[in-house]
Amino acid sequence: MKKRTFLLTAIAATGALIVGWGVMPARQRLMGSSPLPLTKGDIALNGWIKLSPDGSVGLIMPRSEMGQGTHTGLAMLVAEELDCSMSQIRILPAPIDKIYGNVAGLAEGVPFRPEDQGAVARTTRWTMVKVMREMGFMMTGGSASIKDLWFPLREAAAMTKASLVNAIALNWKVAPANVKVSEGIFSAEGGKKISYGDAVTKFGAQLKPADKYELKSAAAFTVIGKPLKRLESGEKVSGKAAFGIDAVVPGMVYAAVKMAPQLRGKSTQIDASSAEKMRGVKKVLQFTGSQDATGGVAVIAEHYWLAKKALEAVKITWDVSETNSLSTAQGMNAMKAALDADTGFGFYKAGDVDAAMSSAASRIKAEYAAPNLAHAPLEPMNCTVEFKDGKATVWVATQVPDFARNAAAKVLGIEPEAVTINVAYLGGGFGRRLEIDVIAAAASIAKQMPGQAVQMIWSREEDMKHDFYRPAAVSRFEAGLDSKGEVVAWRNVSAGQNIVPQYMARNAGLPMGGPDKTSSEGAFDQAYEFPNVRVGHTAVDLSTPIGFWRGVGHSHQAFFKESFIDECAVAAKSDPYEYRMNLLKNHPRHRAVLELAATKAGWALPLAPTTDGIKKARGIALHESFGSIIVQVAEVSVTKEGSIKVHRVVCAVDCGLAVNPNLIAQQMESAVVFGLSAALYGRIDIEKGVVQQSNYHDYPILRFNETPTVETHIVPSSLPPEGIGEPGLPPIAPAVGNALFALTGKRLRNLPLTLV
Amino acid sequence: MDTKISINGAIKIVQADADTPMLWVLRDDLKMTGTKFGCGMALCGACTIHLDGAPARSCVTTLSAVGDKAVTTIEGGSGPIFEAVKKAWVDVDVVQCGYCQPGQLMAATALLANNKTPTDQQIDQAMSGNLCRCGTYQRVRLAIHAASKSIAIG
Repeated sequence: MKKRTFLLTAIAATGALIVGWGVMPARQRLMGSSPLPLTKGDIALNGWIKLSPDGSVGLIMPRSEMGQGTHTGLAMLVAEELDCSMSQIRILPAPIDKIYGNVAGLAEGVPFRPEDQGAVARTTRWTMVKVMREMGFMMTGGSASIKDLWFPLREAAAMTKASLVNAIALNWKVAPANVKVSEGIFSAEGGKKISYGDAVTKFGAQLKPADKYELKSAAAFTVIGKPLKRLESGEKVSGKAAFGIDAVVPGMVYAAVKMAPQLRGKSTQIDASSAEKMRGVKKVLQFTGSQDATGGVAVIAEHYWLAKKALEAVKITWDVSETNSLSTAQGMNAMKAALDADTGFGFYKAGDVDAAMSSAASRIKAEYAAPNLAHAPLEPMNCTVEFKDGKATVWVATQVPDFARNAAAKVLGIEPEAVTINVAYLGGGFGRRLEIDVIAAAASIAKQMPGQAVQMIWSREEDMKHDFYRPAAVSRFEAGLDSKGEVVAWRNVSAGQNIVPQYMARNAGLPMGGPDKTSSEGAFDQAYEFPNVRVGHTAVDLSTPIGFWRGVGHSHQAFFKESFIDECAVAAKSDPYEYRMNLLKNHPRHRAVLELAATKAGWALPLAPTTDGIKKARGIALHESFGSIIVQVAEVSVTKEGSIKVHRVVCAVDCGLAVNPNLIAQQMESAVVFGLSAALYGRIDIEKGVVQQSNYHDYPILRFNETPTVETHIVPSSLPPEGIGEPGLPPIAPAVGNALFALTGKRLRNLPLTLV
Repeated sequence: MDTKISINGAIKIVQADADTPMLWVLRDDLKMTGTKFGCGMALCGACTIHLDGAPARSCVTTLSAVGDKAVTTIEGGSGPIFEAVKKAWVDVDVVQCGYCQPGQLMAATALLANNKTPTDQQIDQAMSGNLCRCGTYQRVRLAIHAASKSIAIG
C-alpha cells in the first residue's frame, strides 16, 4: 500500500497554513489539480486543513451536507486529533480534485458478501479501491463519508499537530513529548502556553512536516463518541442557511420549466407568441434533456412568478414516442416473465440447493413485489448558472460536484476547469441529487442567456414526474424446511432494472459491464446461515429512468427477505426473534444487535393495547447494509377502518465505532420516517410513459401526527465506523409487515402495505 | 404598480403583480430567502409566514390578500416566544437538512403564542401541515414542549 506523502506549506501573505498530502503523483491526476482558494503563489496543494492566525481551523469539506450530519461528524475527527475546540472549526468548500474522491462508498460496489475473505473477493476489493482512488469521484453517498475519511482526515490532523508541537518544543527547549495540547492551547511545564493561532503566526513560515505522528487510541478520545450538537444548527434555525434554491446573484433572472409529460419525451414545436409579449419575459426556448432525462420548454423572466405565468401561455407539441408504451403493469409483467424464463445471475451459491430442496420435509414459496418510488426531497430541483465570457459559475445543491461540473462544461462547450461549482446545503438528497440532469438543463437554458445568472426552478409537479426512480422489483422465494422447521434450502431470485449501468453512463460517461451488485444487495449478502442456498437476480430492460434511492437495493430486498424469513418462522411455529438467533449461531455481532433490540423492546413481555383498547402487535426485522447491522422492533395497531398505525420503533444499531451517538439517533429517526412513508404510502404509477403522481397529496409522506416514537440503542464497538445514513431504512417495512401478520394473520407481500 | 406591505415591522414597496404569491414576493422581489418553496399547493408548510401573528401558507397567499396585515417571516421573528423556540430547537438538536425548519419554527411560534402549554394533540393539530422529509417530527415535538416550559418559567 503506497504510503501517503505529506506536503506542507505556509502562505506568507495571509499567514494561513495549509496541510495536505499527495495521494498520487501529479501525472495520475487526470482531472488536473485546482489549488485551494487562498494559496496565492504558493505550491498548489490539495489539502484538508487550513490553519489561520486568528485561531480558526478550516476543514476543506468535500462532502455535501444533506441533513445526515457529515459536516459535524467529519469536523469531530479533526477536532479530536488536533486537540482544538469544535468552535474553532470552519467548514470550507473543497475544490474539485481526485484526492477528495469517495473511495469507500464506491469500492463497496463489488458483488461479494461482507464476510467473504476469499482470495478473489479480497483481490477484487483491493483493485476496486485502487480504481476508485484513481477515478476520484467526489460523491456524497453510500453512507460512506465518515468511513471513507476516518483515517485520511485524522492523519492530516495528527500530522499537523505533531508538526506544530515539534516547532513549539524546539522554541521552548523542551522535549516534544512534554508539550500538551488541549482545547486549542499548547502548554508545557512552567506556565508556557500558546494558542493555535499564535503558533501559526510565530512558526508557520519555518514549519517542517513531522515525520512521526500518532493517531489517538479510542481510549483517549475526548470528542469522538460524544453526542455533540450539529454545527450548522444555528444557521438553519435562523433561516440564514443557503440551500441551492437560495442562491442570489446580482442581475439574476428566473426560468420556469415544463418538461414532456412522458418520461424521456421532448418538445418538438412551440408557439410562444403570447408568452413572449407578457410582462418581464425575456426568452422562451426549448431544451433537450440530458441522457435518460426529459426535454421541454423554459420561460426566462425577470421574476419567477412571471416566468411561471408565461409558461402557461406557451403552446407546446410533445413527442411522446419514447415511452408511450411504458406502464407500471407492463413493467410488472416483464419482471414476472423474466422470472419465469430465467434464474438470473447467481450472486451467492452454497451447498446444493436443488438436492436439499427436493429432500426437504416441507417447502414454502412466495412472491413479493415493490413499486417505483420518487425521492421527493422538500427542496425541489433547481440550479443557477451564469455563463459569461467563456466561463461558468454554478450554484447548486448537489451530491456530485465533479459530475456536475463536467455536465455544465459539456453543455456550454467549455473546459471543466472553466466551470466553478458552488455547493450549497441540500434540502434533502436521498440520492436524487446524485444526478446531473438538473445541472445540464440549467446550463442549456443559461447558454441562451449569456452574461446573466439564470435560476431554474422546477415545480413540485415537474420534480415528482421527472425523477430517477427507485426501481420496481419482483422477487420469488422458496424455502425447504426440515422436520424441526429449520431452513435447509433457500432459493431466491429477484427481477428488476439494474441501476449502475444507467447511472454511470449518464453521470460519469462510463459504460459499466458486469453484474450490478446493487440489484441483489440485501438478498445475497445477508448473514443467515443457510446450508444450501442460491440467490440470483435477473436484469430486466425497461425504459423507466431509475437511480439511487436511499438504501438502494436494500430498500426493497430487505422487505422481501425479512418478510419471507418471518414466513419460515411462522411455518416452523417458532418465535421470529428466536428463529433469527438460530440462523446466526456463528455471528456474534448480529446476535448482539438482535438481543439488544429485543431486550429494549420488551419482546418477551406482553404488549398493552392502545389507550382506546385497540390491540397492538410487534414485528421484528434484522438487516445488514453499508457495513452496519440494524434490528428494528415495530409496535403496530390497525384501526377499525383498516388504517395502519405504527406507535413505536426500537432500533438497535451496530455501526462500528459510534462517532456521534446523537447524529446516529437522528439518522435512525430519519430513516424510519422516510422508510415508513414508503412502506405505507409510497408508489409511483406510470401510464403510457406518464408518471401519475404529482405532489404531496397523491404521493403522501408521513405527517407529524403519524410518526412513531423512535428509540435508538447503540452496541458499543471498537471496529472502525461504518455507514449510518441509509442502514436504518431497510428494516422498517418488514418490521411493520411482520407486526401486521402477528396482528391480523394477513401476510402482505406487496408494497405499499395496505389492509384495505 | 407599487404596493406597500409591512414586513417584519418595516414598510416595503414592491412592484409584483397583485396575484403573486407572497412566497415569491419575499424570495424573489425582496430576496428574503428564509421562507421556502416546497410544493406550491399549501401541502407542505415550508412557506409558512405569520399574518398579524397567525400562521399562513405564503405560496397560496397573494400579495393582494395581504393588504394591511403585518407580515412576519423567519428573518424577522423576535420576542420571548420566538427566542425560546429557537433556543429549544438548538438544545434538542432538531434540524437535519433544515429546509422545512423555517416553516416548522413559524408554525410552532404561532402555536405557542396562542397556547403556551399545548397538549400533544394540540401540537399534532398545529404542526401536521408541516412536512419533514428527514423525519425530525419527534424532536420538533420535544422542542415545542421544551420551549413551552422555558416560556412558563419566563
